[in-house]
Amino acid sequence: MKIGYAVPAGLLAASLLFAGCASNNNNNNTNGSSSGNNAAATDQSGVTSPPAAAGTADFTAATENYRLYVIEQCDEFVKQTEGFTDAVKAGKLEEAKALYAPSRMYYERIEPIAEALGDLDPNIDARENDVDAADWRGFHKLEQALWQNNTTEGMTDVADQLLKDAQLLRAKVETVDIDANLLVTGAVELLNEVSSSKVTGEEERYSHTDLYDFVANVEGAQKIYELLQPELAKKDPALEQTIGERFTALLNELAPFKSGDGYVSYETLKEDEIRRLSQNLDALAEPLSNMGTILGV
Amino acid sequence: MKRRNKAAGVSPDAQHEQLKKGSNDSPLLAKKVSRRDMLRLTGASGLGLLLGGGGTFSIMAAQGKAVSPAASVPQAAGAGAAADTIPFYGEHQAGILTPAQNFLCFASFDLTTAKLSEVRQLFQAWTAAAAALTSGTLIGSVNDNPNLPPTDTGEADGLTPAKCTLTFGVGPSFFDGRFGLAARRPATFSDLPAFRGDSLEPQWSGGDLCVQACADDLQVAFHAIRNLARIARGTAVLRWTQEGFQRTGSADPAGGTPRNLLGFKDGTGNPDVSDDAEMKSVVWSGSADEPAWMNGGTYLALRRVRFRIEVWDRSNLSDQEATFGRHRQSGAPIGASDEFAKLNLEATDSSGKPVIPPDSHSALAHGDGSVKMLRRSYSYSSGMDLKTGQLDAGLVFISFQKDLVKQFVGIQERLSRNDRLNEYMVHTGSAVFACFPGVREGGTIGETLLG
Repeated sequence: MKIGYAVPAGLLAASLLFAGCASNNNNNNTNGSSSGNNAAATDQSGVTSPPAAAGTADFTAATENYRLYVIEQCDEFVKQTEGFTDAVKAGKLEEAKALYAPSRMYYERIEPIAEALGDLDPNIDARENDVDAADWRGFHKLEQALWQNNTTEGMTDVADQLLKDAQLLRAKVETVDIDANLLVTGAVELLNEVSSSKVTGEEERYSHTDLYDFVANVEGAQKIYELLQPELAKKDPALEQTIGERFTALLNELAPFKSGDGYVSYETLKEDEIRRLSQNLDALAEPLSNMGTILGV
Repeated sequence: MKRRNKAAGVSPDAQHEQLKKGSNDSPLLAKKVSRRDMLRLTGASGLGLLLGGGGTFSIMAAQGKAVSPAASVPQAAGAGAAADTIPFYGEHQAGILTPAQNFLCFASFDLTTAKLSEVRQLFQAWTAAAAALTSGTLIGSVNDNPNLPPTDTGEADGLTPAKCTLTFGVGPSFFDGRFGLAARRPATFSDLPAFRGDSLEPQWSGGDLCVQACADDLQVAFHAIRNLARIARGTAVLRWTQEGFQRTGSADPAGGTPRNLLGFKDGTGNPDVSDDAEMKSVVWSGSADEPAWMNGGTYLALRRVRFRIEVWDRSNLSDQEATFGRHRQSGAPIGASDEFAKLNLEATDSSGKPVIPPDSHSALAHGDGSVKMLRRSYSYSSGMDLKTGQLDAGLVFISFQKDLVKQFVGIQERLSRNDRLNEYMVHTGSAVFACFPGVREGGTIGETLLG
């Protein structure tokens, strides 16, 4: 699954004026033909009938609101990352550890967007064996230094680079071509993230702060659901209700693991708790993946 | 971060491991007669025979030379038997070009002996047993003595050979210091390099020896592995096993391309096994760079690939098709309607984008089409991941090639970096084996290497 983004660099400046006209423009692209990899699929499926055009759904408000949400999260992400990387550079080990997981949550809420932006996702969020050793940088490299090596030593450059990458994300995010297709698939993507690496405790292998990411991914998906809820309620009220109930069920499962402003260590979870979280997540993601119904195909 | 392989979590195979351990304790032998009783009944040499190792050879050799109907009932007699039998002896080992049977039972072994002579004896015993197993006869000569455990475990008694093939090989660790064979290791034969996103688990990786058992009946394939493991006791132990399946011949009488557990047809682009020249250039070892003992052999690469079934199930059809680069229903490349249409990686749509995504599985696996390997994979289902409650199911990827580095490694490097499918799978096991050339009648598996 991939998300398209406005490619041509020449359009970048125009896209920066993201307000009114940009979102209208996006709305015309709701059938996903804007996305590189969907082009082929659109071709083979018999073409024609751009779904959004065929239906009566209007996603202008949803896509525009999501754009604002993404930018807001990005702004906060840069700010929090700056605080985190400052602490690393100042050698404040404990402070850096405390800021690590909360800063990441802003990123985790909008992860599918970052993935659409070239190498930003691996640069910011790769784990040790995701990329070649020489290319490894970003959050998890710092995580390893802080928790496994218990030091900030030698991490200044990594911290500087991470902040630069975060700022680049903020700048580039405005080029992302947000359409209803992106919303629908992005919500599932977020839950897939949880099911693939967070619920298994593999994402935060040194800090064990996986539950922060877990919650943030779910919140990101929930935001999208809320934005699409009115259209979904019109088109398929039963589905809308099911998704709502399952969000509630999952959040209820997560509630006991809250601790202060954050979440308990993944290591404290018992096996049956992990399984219940995982199965509640799958129960939610399955109907959520049917939100494409509102695209009217 | 997305678009990467994710680890499989705790394997649900603890129970399997338990079973394997249990089997090493010889439950059969312990069942009715204690070891003490056996010593009393049979004497030390008899015990040696029963426990496998050196002595087993004599049973097998005797059986192999003269099979008396009383001792070893030929079950495959009858009109249909020949069609159900794949010859064990030949220029090459069976189970490589052989059309994939319905079931796989793959076993990797670790040698527990340090004596080359005992390894040699094991292969001699395995040869005799394999000849019997693949022809549907009971193995060994002691199957009707009321005072002894039968030499054949019996669960395939009365069954046809079900096209059983057994394919033997040795892993890179076979050429370490233990047996004095380091100098005979083929130059490029070693464990696979680490690929991006690998999440390999020791319980699915490596091994000194392998046996690939394939048959149209799982009980027949299991019976083969079980008896070979039994014969090996005292010389080699099971390191891991993996069963596999695909749609059976009766479920698909037309013999269409099998579908993998993601619902897509898999293996459409395999080279033609009936083309001798192609098999020589793709599969069979025989070049001057290779040791002579591999002449007519081939290299097997196995990857245990777990599918992220739940995640796949919620990806939409157009994503699924873009991931494979093929249409799900017909198996044809995107934009084509014939399953066997050539991949046209140059084709573009009206907006100039490739019709088949360049990072789709088909496009990347195909590359420029110059490097091929023979794939012979099976699906697996190993129950549930106890940690997450998700299915532990996927693909036992098996390929045969004459050059692991140029063929398998090159393609897998490409896939591990860019394949869209990586989002939906994770490699949890890995092993490579040098598969010997075929055995002539009266010869022994591995004789070109071991003499």
